[in-house]
Amino acid sequence: MSKSERPNQIFRNLNAKIASIPMVLTALVVFVGGTAWTVLYSFTNSKLLPRLNFVGLDQYYRLWATPRWLVSIENLLIYGVLSLVFSLVIGFLLAALLDQKIRFEDTFRTIFLYPFALSFIVTGLVWQWLLNPDFGVQSVVRALGWTSFSFDPLYNSSIVIYGILIAALWQGTGLIMCLMLAGLRGIDEDIWKAARVDGIPTWKTYLFIIIPMMRPVFITTLVIIASGIVKVYDLVVAQTSGGPGIASEVPAKYVYDYMFFAQNLGQGFAASTMMLLSVMIVIVPWAYLEFGGRKRG
Amino acid sequence: MRYKVLTAAFAATVALNVAGPAAATDLEVTHWWTSGGEAAAVAELAKAFDATGNHWVDGAIAGSGGTARPIMISRITGGDPMGATQFNHGRQAEELVQAGLMRDLTDVATKGKWTEVVRPKSLLDSCTIGGKIYCVPVNIHSWQWLWLSNEAFQKAGVPLPKDWNEFVAAAPALEKAGIVPLAVGGQAWQSSGAFDVLLAAVGGTDTFLKVYKDKDAKFAAGPEVGKVFKAADDARKMAKNTNVQDWNQATNMVITGKAGGQIMGDWAQGEFQVAGKVAGKDYTCLPGLGLNEVIATGGDAFYFPLLKDADKSKAQEVLAETLLDPKTQVAFNLKKGSLPVRGDVDLNSANDCMKKGLAILAKGAVIPWTDQLLSQDSQKQKEDLFSEFFAKPEMTVEEAQKRFADIIASAD
Repeated sequence: MSKSERPNQIFRNLNAKIASIPMVLTALVVFVGGTAWTVLYSFTNSKLLPRLNFVGLDQYYRLWATPRWLVSIENLLIYGVLSLVFSLVIGFLLAALLDQKIRFEDTFRTIFLYPFALSFIVTGLVWQWLLNPDFGVQSVVRALGWTSFSFDPLYNSSIVIYGILIAALWQGTGLIMCLMLAGLRGIDEDIWKAARVDGIPTWKTYLFIIIPMMRPVFITTLVIIASGIVKVYDLVVAQTSGGPGIASEVPAKYVYDYMFFAQNLGQGFAASTMMLLSVMIVIVPWAYLEFGGRKRG
Repeated sequence: MRYKVLTAAFAATVALNVAGPAAATDLEVTHWWTSGGEAAAVAELAKAFDATGNHWVDGAIAGSGGTARPIMISRITGGDPMGATQFNHGRQAEELVQAGLMRDLTDVATKGKWTEVVRPKSLLDSCTIGGKIYCVPVNIHSWQWLWLSNEAFQKAGVPLPKDWNEFVAAAPALEKAGIVPLAVGGQAWQSSGAFDVLLAAVGGTDTFLKVYKDKDAKFAAGPEVGKVFKAADDARKMAKNTNVQDWNQATNMVITGKAGGQIMGDWAQGEFQVAGKVAGKDYTCLPGLGLNEVIATGGDAFYFPLLKDADKSKAQEVLAETLLDPKTQVAFNLKKGSLPVRGDVDLNSANDCMKKGLAILAKGAVIPWTDQLLSQDSQKQKEDLFSEFFAKPEMTVEEAQKRFADIIASAD
């Protein structure tokens, strides 16, 4: 009996397995293969064309001695932390407010979600104009009478990254709000009723009951926000092209510029390997806790 | 009946085929000349090539060389080469040539006696790799120009400067009149290019060559280059209120009198022409910033990828010859605002500034440009440094010079 069942294990769900072969191959060849290839060539001195001429860790030494790369990393950290915190907080607050059974909920939802329909390029261009001191917010406020008003984040090296953050939040919080709203709607009405009977204030209910119950939604949201942070590129290109100077450079832009403009593949590969490494540092412990931990428990 | 009609139709097709031009070969040419004046100039090249019985398929890529070059290179390396493509002559296509992807034009060059007609000689040198010629230079663009707005200086009540030093001295008066003394756009290549111009003008030709050609890092850290960094410091102070990105927006500030001047290549002249401004009356040009009247011989060239198709290869030769034809050279360069690569053509209709350029060229006061001397990698590092230097007032001159010397030390 058991003899005849063994091969069946392999052929169980055969259709599903055959159907997933293309994706498995794609994952292996394109993702894993491409990654391995990139890491391998990051140890070479490839210029315009990939060449297997190994130079050890030279590309990495140069990378970490480059001011522009260090500025990029710093920017990514500032942008990442703030974008994560503000997207979640604003998104959740908007969702909670919309959840108060207000009138015209659909209208508000549409308004908040609309920016998400725009690409980062369009968002960047719009905010480039809005934050331009000669045409945007500054000139409007000055025209109203406050002539000493000054607001030009995109032309000030020390705060330019916040100018980009504003645009990113404007574009992205709508989606976070929708995800949160869906999460809130998934909470059973009875929970609310029970909390009210026990006389727990609304804010406490949100903080200690609802949010912990929304854990899966928060995790999905986190993944979506985090992946958006690491790959941020087009917004910067459209809004400031890394300027003023190199004050708003980001790692993804460094990779692209050095691979294609500077014709130095090795340096670009080294930078992208570092990006991969930083993502792994965040993802691996989290995945271990999230999936590994559950099995044991 | 039907059979007869079919035969007749068939015969007609055959006849048409025979009647058509026998040697009409389509050749795709990629370039990044998309602004008004540039497109008009390219049309001249296309017209000349079509007149040879072939057909120019225009493959313009918008968004300047920085955007276009990666596309061109990936088409060539990816096995989908075009018939011919623009690059700046120099080292941009060096590795493509070394990888054997580009076509050797030595035969065509010998037949057309290019070594005799192309002037200055350095142009052909940068097309030559390992004794073989791989590209056709079509024009000379020089960076060494200071464009001044006559209107701005009138408004500020100071006489028009004759060189960089007078310009720096006039800056406070311009600022008082609410004029930005020097317009430098936010794009990285602009500040980096402005420094290179200062290096050749303030430092002198020898200094320029010692740094970029000999790559003498010790010299680059020394007092001679230090003087140039002081000048660059003046420049960034004068430019701090520019607040525009693109070079033509910065040029527009000079055209409208909002800025006193701009250090920019001769392509800026096209903008002045489009705006209907007259050289000498509305604007003034100072080659070599008025200090060291040299011009660099950067510019554009056409490269020909190696093709398997024999007809197309033949057409490539025809195109290469056409590009250097005296008539094409004149028609193209007048529209482009650049200088022709042949010394034996007549350019009477050129304006004042172009004539100044031609005179310097005739004197032989030329230097090779950074495109020819440095790899793209070193150029990019330089751009990063100078865009930071110009945007960050708290970065000291000493710090910038030290980093510059480091780049030169590792330059290739």
